[in-house]
Amino acid sequence: MGMTMTQKILAAHAGLDSVCAGQLISAKLDLVLGNDITTPVAVNEFNKAGFESVFDKDKIAIVLDHFVPNKDIKAAEQSKQCRDFACAHCVSHFYDVGRMGIEHALLPEQGVVTAGDCIIGADSHTCTYGALGAFSTGVGSTDMAAGMANGTAWFKVPAAIRFELTGELSPVCSGKDVILSIIGQIGVDGALYRSMEFTGPGVISLSMDDRLCICNMAIEAGAKNGIFPVDERTMAYMKDRCEREPVVYTADPDAEYEKVIEINLSEIVPTVSCPHLPENTRPAKELGDIRIDQVVIGSCTNGRMEDMEVAYKTLCGKKVASGVRCIIIPATMQILRECVERGYVTAFIDAGAVVSTPTCGPCLGGYMGILAAGERCVATTNRNFVGRMGHVKSEVYLASPATAAASALTGYITEPKEDKDGNQRTCL
Amino acid sequence: METRGHVFKYQDNVDTDVIIPARYLNTSDAAELARHCMEDIDASFVEKVKAGDLIVAGWNFGCGSSREHAPLVIKTCGTGCVIAKSFARIFYRNAINIGLPILECEAAADEIAAGDEVHVDFDTGVIEDVTTGKKYQAQPFPPFIQNIIAAGGLLASLRQE
Repeated sequence: MGMTMTQKILAAHAGLDSVCAGQLISAKLDLVLGNDITTPVAVNEFNKAGFESVFDKDKIAIVLDHFVPNKDIKAAEQSKQCRDFACAHCVSHFYDVGRMGIEHALLPEQGVVTAGDCIIGADSHTCTYGALGAFSTGVGSTDMAAGMANGTAWFKVPAAIRFELTGELSPVCSGKDVILSIIGQIGVDGALYRSMEFTGPGVISLSMDDRLCICNMAIEAGAKNGIFPVDERTMAYMKDRCEREPVVYTADPDAEYEKVIEINLSEIVPTVSCPHLPENTRPAKELGDIRIDQVVIGSCTNGRMEDMEVAYKTLCGKKVASGVRCIIIPATMQILRECVERGYVTAFIDAGAVVSTPTCGPCLGGYMGILAAGERCVATTNRNFVGRMGHVKSEVYLASPATAAASALTGYITEPKEDKDGNQRTCL
Repeated sequence: METRGHVFKYQDNVDTDVIIPARYLNTSDAAELARHCMEDIDASFVEKVKAGDLIVAGWNFGCGSSREHAPLVIKTCGTGCVIAKSFARIFYRNAINIGLPILECEAAADEIAAGDEVHVDFDTGVIEDVTTGKKYQAQPFPPFIQNIIAAGGLLASLRQE
């Protein structure tokens, strides 16, 4: 029996010729990741268990991103604990304020992750790096501690669902609309414990930012990982970026998939996930007059350069609707810098939006945009659970940057439209 | 190993944000975090829960964030076991790694009612609803995972190797 792409990467890292779904293996890790919320718990466990050294200082990444710049004294203590640990163990990939970014935008951008890697991260959205053709999955802090100590993790080899992509996205749609549509179709546990393997002739038309966004939200369907094949676009993205040589794995022609789901990209429409589950999806145009109080454009899902470009095209020369707070958070310092250089930040401010340094902040209800009871937000983030962005009686609608920016201008959930030149524009 | 207590019952897709809201994650102190366990879905849980009590829920329990703080606060509150129709994979892994007993059993999750007194024998996987007298058989863990649990969690099992 042939293997899926994920199974091939796992077999190689377990030192086995082949593996099959359901098999328990121990795999060698190319990278162990943690952030300012999960690393302190891992450090406590690491110390409590009596480990004195890390397995490889170059294969650990610690990124301060959730509550930094520190939101309060307790957050400052947690950041300090991460900083002290990284310093004591000479962790190479330690990213503090000034160099940091939201981890899942930062590590691909900085070339810390590459094709063929086997990666665990104490953050559920670690599945993002599947966009580069890596096996990458979210774990907890104890797994992070164990991974830092001995460089391995145990896995149950996942079965897979194959998504056969055909066609091409319309100019008003992006990777976010694709993954929200898929989650709406299969549900929040539709891929539980499984790999989501994206293949087909439609892949080539998706940008790297689209693919990163799609893999990022694989966890929102319950998946262990999401993964794209490595093509010329992937190789071009990784060239001059990755420190290590990419290793390209391809699925066997006779690989076994539990099911194959066809997705015609040209049929995807701007999609919104309504409260309080990502699977509650509706086409944006069907939502009617849903008034909003806030818009957030950012996060590990949609804080990349293409997302900023879409926000700029929509907001430039316009004004955010009265009564709407529009918060834009470029995901890394490099993206923020580019937004400054290209004049995006000026345009955002002129439109009446605010621009923050990189942080996960509002996405998880940490800070920088918390909602009061009864308030509603359109966010390009990844979860709309009860209380996710603030009060338990607030509401989060998940959408693409195009839909979020269009909604910021009108004050209600608005389908983005393209202008006569085929550019992404709001309907205003 | 066993537990005996009363049941707190919840629906499908209980996510880690309602188990322990992120606004409290500026500390990793388990006792402090545990004061907010289940706060956004059941504000009275912390006041009512007693050592050995059980959480019974539907599909996909623990979905969302990878925060290990979620199984940790449930355990720290004294909860003896979580029974669900299914668990989100990171929560499942974290529960095993920190030693919170969890069992998958669809029939038990359907039929056991809030407030019922329930006894669970982890060695046999038998769940008994003492209130109704009904018994259910949960799937036992594979030996690999039983070894992690028997050693007292993942790190303890690594230290033994």
